[in-house]
Amino acid sequence: MKDLGDLAYVFGYLSLLTVGGGMAAFPALKSLTVDVYHWVTFPELLHFYSLGQLSPGPNMMMVSSIGMRVAGPLGALVALICFLGPTALGTFAVGRVWKRLETWRWRTAVQQGLGSVSVGLVLAGAITMARGAVTDPFMGGIAVVVFVLLMRTKINPAYPILGSGALALAVFLLK
Amino acid sequence: MSDTKTEKPAPSLGSIFATFLTIGATSVGGGVVAYLRSHLVGKRAWFDDASFLEMLSISQTMPGLNATNMSILAGDRLRGGAGALVATLGMCLPGALLMSAAGAAYGLQADSPATTAALHGIAAAAVGLVLSVLVQIAAKALKTWDDYLFVAVTALAVSGLGLSVPYALIGVGIVAIWWKRPRKRSRPQPDEASP
Repeated sequence: MKDLGDLAYVFGYLSLLTVGGGMAAFPALKSLTVDVYHWVTFPELLHFYSLGQLSPGPNMMMVSSIGMRVAGPLGALVALICFLGPTALGTFAVGRVWKRLETWRWRTAVQQGLGSVSVGLVLAGAITMARGAVTDPFMGGIAVVVFVLLMRTKINPAYPILGSGALALAVFLLK
Repeated sequence: MSDTKTEKPAPSLGSIFATFLTIGATSVGGGVVAYLRSHLVGKRAWFDDASFLEMLSISQTMPGLNATNMSILAGDRLRGGAGALVATLGMCLPGALLMSAAGAAYGLQADSPATTAALHGIAAAAVGLVLSVLVQIAAKALKTWDDYLFVAVTALAVSGLGLSVPYALIGVGIVAIWWKRPRKRSRPQPDEASP
């Protein structure tokens, strides 16, 4: 029961930080699930996040993996509902009054101001993630190649991600 | 529900759920927005481009995941609160089931060094993916030098100084909004003002 309460608190809190997307919450996700509650190790968290990029749908469904590890199916459900719920209500409400907000004179200021802050938060999330995943020049090379590939081509990201997993596995087996 | 356009009857909850379930099950590789557009504006023709872009703009401004925010807004416009609920459910169900299964399976397999090696490669690739997404949103959101400054200050505060995300969000956010505050302008085209 305590686990479910902790899951609800952690993911409800993380929900509010997803400004500009799930990645913005990543630094806090790491510190809470790894350092504070010890639900997963940092490599495990990175693995779940990365698998989440391969799964269809919204990109942060990996919160249910953590919920599952901590408290089984009910844990997965609690993590998911608490992670999506608070922002869902906010978006629902704003969606309804948007027509009125559109002519609000502060709207552009809020959108532009929060826009750059959210890019900064996503950048911070990427840095947190890179610190754990890019552990040697080989992994750095993978990250750079995938980045260039995705910038230059219209390839579905699932292919280079799967390819990188296969490559890393091959290198491991050949060692 | 307010029917501004009475040409089409509102779609049933079942067809809303089925459409979002399809998107939730097939949108592999991140770009959910492209899948949403092809289904909602294309195949189903439930929205025109202008209202799709309007929903996208709300989704990106509000906290929350882009894909779920879009489901909520589109579902609500199609069929009210119940529409929003079934759309979000359909969008999340496949990925959530898969990732819950991954969480359950992980304990059984992850100790194998081969699995860890493969997952490590996948994680490195995901860094490349996140960076490419970052460049895309930055290209859209950042227009003038001060935008880049706010990005740098936010990232530095969180990654460099270890400031927790909410403080950075609220602190830099308030300054940034104030910096961009509405001002009385004499020029007719404020958008054209370049640095």
